[in-house]
Amino acid sequence: MSILYWEDFIVGSVAEFGPRRVTREEIIAFAAEFDPQPMHMDEDVARGTMLGGLAASGWHTCSIGMRMIVDGFMGCSASIGSPGVDEVRWLKPVRPDDVLTLRRTVLEARPLNSRPEWGLVRFRFELVNQTGETVMIQENVNLFGRRPAAVASGGTRPPGAA
Amino acid sequence: MKHLEDIRVGEKVALGVHTFTAEEIKSFAARYDPQPFHLDETAAARSHFGALVASGWHTGSTCIRFIVQHRLREEEAMRSRGEPVGRTGPSPGFRDLKWLKPVYAGDTITYASEIIETREVNSRPDKGLVFALNTGTNQAGELVFSFVSAIFVDRRPA
Repeated sequence: MSILYWEDFIVGSVAEFGPRRVTREEIIAFAAEFDPQPMHMDEDVARGTMLGGLAASGWHTCSIGMRMIVDGFMGCSASIGSPGVDEVRWLKPVRPDDVLTLRRTVLEARPLNSRPEWGLVRFRFELVNQTGETVMIQENVNLFGRRPAAVASGGTRPPGAA
Repeated sequence: MKHLEDIRVGEKVALGVHTFTAEEIKSFAARYDPQPFHLDETAAARSHFGALVASGWHTGSTCIRFIVQHRLREEEAMRSRGEPVGRTGPSPGFRDLKWLKPVYAGDTITYASEIIETREVNSRPDKGLVFALNTGTNQAGELVFSFVSAIFVDRRPA
């Protein structure tokens, strides 16, 4: 299996991963464990809220997105982890039986001066449902190891990586 | 929750304390963030972390549990005093989430929250938005986690 290094994330490139179906059971189970608000656990209560019906916790949506990120590409990368997330917007409710696709856009890629063997990538991740609505937008940063040969040779940047 | 008009910038609450066990770190990671340094002690020992660390989404979701539990307790107390309780949520999102230090298995994180802004919502005269800075601090007193949450709340009926 080939491993993705920092050099493999080309600024401007777009890729899609998934799909993944969200079940009623997991919406309620995540909420019971981490976000026990009735709007994420009880259909009748949820109908009377701004969500208008049972919907996943936003943190569940983020966690599902993370799983799709790992399954989609990060699991076979030299990921070092993430220092944080600039912004998350939950634009539409995620309902039971929604089928989500993850769209990844590479916004920025730069080497780290403090750790020459690592590079930083800024991503925009969008989760899109089965009707084409974007339900979540997230911008975050992840660190990746640099391709060992590139580090050894002084770390020139690949073509296309702005 | 209280109504928008009754929420004061600068209000601080201690949310709670949680010790992250290796089992729950691995259980969360197996479901939502199956990277080797969240899943397996041996692989984590070989990584730059040096030991098993919690997924950042696990650290954050645990903070959310404390925020929600605090609010439910507050609402219960308000009801028992006969005070009107405004509806709270959902959230339109958050910003400035920082995973500042790893959360290792066995670490004890103290979570806190401070109101930093309240504002009216032009499109919804019955609603307001409340922003809070939420933090997690480990047993050595190091800030390990912070983010700025936003949540819709009811305005006080005229």
